[in-house]
Amino acid sequence: MSLGAAVVFLPLIASAIAGFGHRLIGAKAAQAITCLAVIAAAVCSVILFSRVALDHAVITQPLLTWITSGDFTMDWGIRIDTLTAVMLVVVTVVSAVVHLYSLGYMHEDQHISRFMSYLSLFTFAMLMLVTSDNLLQMFFGWEGVGLASYLLIGFWHHKNSANAAAMKAFIVNRVGDFGFELGIMLTFWITGSVQFEAIFAKLPDLADMQFIFWGHSFHALTLATFLLFIGAMGKSAQLGLHTWLPDAMEGPTPVSALIHAATMVTAGVFMVARLSPMFEAAPDTLAFVTILGALTALSAAFMALTQTDIKRVIAYSTMSQLGYMFMALGVGAYGAAVFHLMTHAFFKALLFLGAGSVIHALHHEQDMRHMGGVWKKIPITYAYMWIGNLALAGIPFFAGYYSKDMILEATYAAGPGIGQFAYWAGIVAAFMTAFYSWRLLWLTFHGTPRMDHHTFDHAHEAPKIMWMPLLILAAGALFAGWWGHDYFIGEDRFEFWGNSLVIGEHDIIHRAHEGPHWAAYLPTVMGVIGIVLGIFLYGRRRDIPGKIAHKFALLYRLSLHKFYIDELYNKLFVHPAWRLGSFFSGSDKQFIDGIGPDGVAAFSERTSRRFSRFQTGFIFNYASIMVAGVVLFLGFLLWTYWS
Amino acid sequence: MNHWPLISFLVFLPILGIVCLALHPMKSDCQLRFAKYFTLGLTVVNFAASLFLLKDFDTAQTGFQFVENAPWWPSLGLNYHVGIDGISLWLVLLSTFLMPICIACSWDSIQHRLKEYLMAFLLLETMMIGAFVSLDTILFYVFFEGLLIPMFILIGVWGGPRRVYASFKFFLYTLLGSVLMLVALIALYLQTKTTDITVLMNADIPGNIQLWLWWAFFISFAVKMPMWPVHTWLPDAHVEAPTAGSVILAGVLLKMGGYGFLRFSLPMLPDASIQYAPIVMALSVIAIIYTSLVALAQTDMKKMIAYSSVAHMGYVTLGLFSFNQQGIDGAMFQMLSHGIVSAALFLCVGVVYDRLHTRDLGRYGGLVNNMPRYAVVFMLFTLASVGLPGTGGFVGEFLSLLGAFRANTMYATLATSGLILGACYMLWLYRKVIFGVLDKDDVKAMTDLSWREILIFVPLVILVFWMGIYPTTFLKPMQPAIHQVIARLAP
Repeated sequence: MSLGAAVVFLPLIASAIAGFGHRLIGAKAAQAITCLAVIAAAVCSVILFSRVALDHAVITQPLLTWITSGDFTMDWGIRIDTLTAVMLVVVTVVSAVVHLYSLGYMHEDQHISRFMSYLSLFTFAMLMLVTSDNLLQMFFGWEGVGLASYLLIGFWHHKNSANAAAMKAFIVNRVGDFGFELGIMLTFWITGSVQFEAIFAKLPDLADMQFIFWGHSFHALTLATFLLFIGAMGKSAQLGLHTWLPDAMEGPTPVSALIHAATMVTAGVFMVARLSPMFEAAPDTLAFVTILGALTALSAAFMALTQTDIKRVIAYSTMSQLGYMFMALGVGAYGAAVFHLMTHAFFKALLFLGAGSVIHALHHEQDMRHMGGVWKKIPITYAYMWIGNLALAGIPFFAGYYSKDMILEATYAAGPGIGQFAYWAGIVAAFMTAFYSWRLLWLTFHGTPRMDHHTFDHAHEAPKIMWMPLLILAAGALFAGWWGHDYFIGEDRFEFWGNSLVIGEHDIIHRAHEGPHWAAYLPTVMGVIGIVLGIFLYGRRRDIPGKIAHKFALLYRLSLHKFYIDELYNKLFVHPAWRLGSFFSGSDKQFIDGIGPDGVAAFSERTSRRFSRFQTGFIFNYASIMVAGVVLFLGFLLWTYWS
Repeated sequence: MNHWPLISFLVFLPILGIVCLALHPMKSDCQLRFAKYFTLGLTVVNFAASLFLLKDFDTAQTGFQFVENAPWWPSLGLNYHVGIDGISLWLVLLSTFLMPICIACSWDSIQHRLKEYLMAFLLLETMMIGAFVSLDTILFYVFFEGLLIPMFILIGVWGGPRRVYASFKFFLYTLLGSVLMLVALIALYLQTKTTDITVLMNADIPGNIQLWLWWAFFISFAVKMPMWPVHTWLPDAHVEAPTAGSVILAGVLLKMGGYGFLRFSLPMLPDASIQYAPIVMALSVIAIIYTSLVALAQTDMKKMIAYSSVAHMGYVTLGLFSFNQQGIDGAMFQMLSHGIVSAALFLCVGVVYDRLHTRDLGRYGGLVNNMPRYAVVFMLFTLASVGLPGTGGFVGEFLSLLGAFRANTMYATLATSGLILGACYMLWLYRKVIFGVLDKDDVKAMTDLSWREILIFVPLVILVFWMGIYPTTFLKPMQPAIHQVIARLAP
């Protein structure tokens, strides 16, 4: 088995053994197998990364034919270039950390083997997604991670809210996949293939191609990329298809860290980066991506301001950061987007797992209104949260600083109009990000303890198995930006990326470096202001936030109720679908059956009953009808005779 | 080709079984058990024999294989003419594969008139295989209609409380179609002076006659499919039928319609098919959306799956009438995968129905706690039903949509929305039955899958994944035959 195949299939094998065989081999062995398999995959990934990204080899390995039908051919295969190698490292490293952390976090759950099996299954699907050399296998991984996400959100299946959230996640993602699948079909019909290499080779001929869709003529590539992007919107929780992500926090916290922060939700970003040659040929789609990314970054940060559930704050923060990544993609800074994807994976997983340690310490309390004052009790977690938040806020020399600044500079360089809009949206969001992060820190760790005595007294630092693995993530949050910026967005970027994504003739990153100095400093300044204000409002003057909420009641409610988007969707889609279903169900009975079989049956029954009235059983009735018949018959004969 | 008459063996072995059963006394428990083992063994032998078809099938050849041709009614020119191509090969295999499963799943649940029950199933097998292998229109008609009798009896005798209503509705609907088909077959004979399907598939029939004949065939096959709006017999039939009856109904009988389109309408009446394709596609799209919505509103588990069947068969007609390789490959594949998946889903319902004797969603909940194995199996088939890539459900759905997209982007887009709706009702069903809190005492007392049930499900699970991961096994033999059909449709 080659190294690439090992990375992909080890987690699958482990998942199957743990899932189906845990009764046979015991829970401990099942947990050990999943952890070892993913750690082995992580080690292999690092080796692959050095071979592919640093030594510039591209690995391709066909596995098995999949679907062949007419001129449509599709094989299972593995393809590893720099972009994939980066994703491999991110996915397997974070996954390995989360696997280890889960051993401690889920220690008391009797279904821990099943949990570990799902985590490994997720890892496999995500790896299939990133190693695919074609759209359809990518779709396989895409739906596979959706399935794992569904299973893990609903892991505590006795909770009704968890079941609802799981279903919602799957269905909202399906809405995205609906676009993705149409996009795949359209791509196939215009390029004759779903293989990335073959699609890209065809692109120069298609620059001006039109496609008739629903009777209207569209620029073919714009339409195809737009449809594909709907898929990315669903998976990466962009505004409009984001409603599932906050609810997904019903799942256990390690799941939130791995799936709903570090890896799965970045699949949309990966997809656009992977298809960058295609998107590059569709400027209208790119403009849409930028605007949507900017709006998502801004609105999600706004919604995060008022949430009281610690995990939901981080969830909205994730959504907001994904918005940044799409902004970068939209202006053509693909390298910067993937760079932010990587740094974000480290610091956001760290934040989530840190939050998990807090929740663990406080007997599964997630509401920040019932926290506070515990920083001395859980100092390691406290330190981790600081590191994560500093990286998130983009404070210099932490990981987020390099990637977020680059994104904002690139949007500024993209010029007036959309680029400027994205830049300023990003600046405001950067301020809010820093603010809500320190709100979270102070509400959680400082001030007077607001939980009951028992909980406070028993608050304790997480066991070693939970805090040790986080060192890796903390190291990533501290050094990944400093280490990577030369490769991802710096001098070495051409050599590093090779052909795996478009850097473009109008190299936006190059232009970004030439922008004004203030545009580069402003994000950091806004971050610092946000931090200071956060500490001031939630550390010194706890009375002010309430007053602000009271004064700007409308804005406060909009933020708290997430712009009422869930309520709107329920009114627009969910209820009408049910009502229509019931109506049609009734019309099947009343209308179709009423006219069809039941109607025919009733009619024939009525008719025969009418005819049966003639059978009265009285001789004189029969005799008189006979006489009438004879008279009529004779009359008819006479009439024909005379005429 | 010199070959022992394998096809006749497949068709008539069940008849032999019926004779044996008829002579077998059913007094003691021991004799009853023997009858069950005997029938099971017979169906397994038949399945094993049908595997020889697959083994010796030449995938490179386009024509019919394993052909047997003998005069049957010489004065009318009727022949006992049978044979298979890549299309009927898989449908025969599907029938012989599901038959042992049907017998095994009725093992304990049928207590009353067991002998007649087993005989009805064997008769059903003869008729199904016969219909798929017939190469003579009248022979086909005999089998096609003959099917109705055992199915009618199965629903009417071993069905639920409203079985009489359901069986008559089923009979009336299909009879309407059959009568029209008989007229069409006679007209076809008068026009061409032959009843040989292989000849008719290449015959040139004048355009205006094609149009009339097409409608007669269409109504007949649309009822079988079933297509909207002649689908209302299906939910009732499924709800009232015993589990094994539902399995065969969903697994094989619904495929008669698709097979009919592929064998009669498309190759024999190509001009009319092209002309009316937009109507069929529109009806398919309505079926997909309408019945998916209806499925959402159901509280009866079997009704829900029955409506989902109508939606899934919508993809079949959509793919068939897009007239390209992807579309028809997809339609054919969808028929096979639906045959497996819906059969499995009805078996899943049967498992809990055998224990609690209700199909009401609200009565269940929390089964994952006391029936974990069942939860896994049900999950797998739920996923296959929503068309998750890697399961058989995806390949057929995707290919038929891909084909439809080339033919008409609007219908394809609307049909693709079925992906969303399908996920809605299936996950809702799963959630209500499997997840939640286990609080009802009688539900708590339910036991997990027995070994017999596991053995029934294992082959189905393997097939679902096989079809999803390596569909080439199934696609390759059917493609030459489909290619020929498309050649007929080319202008």
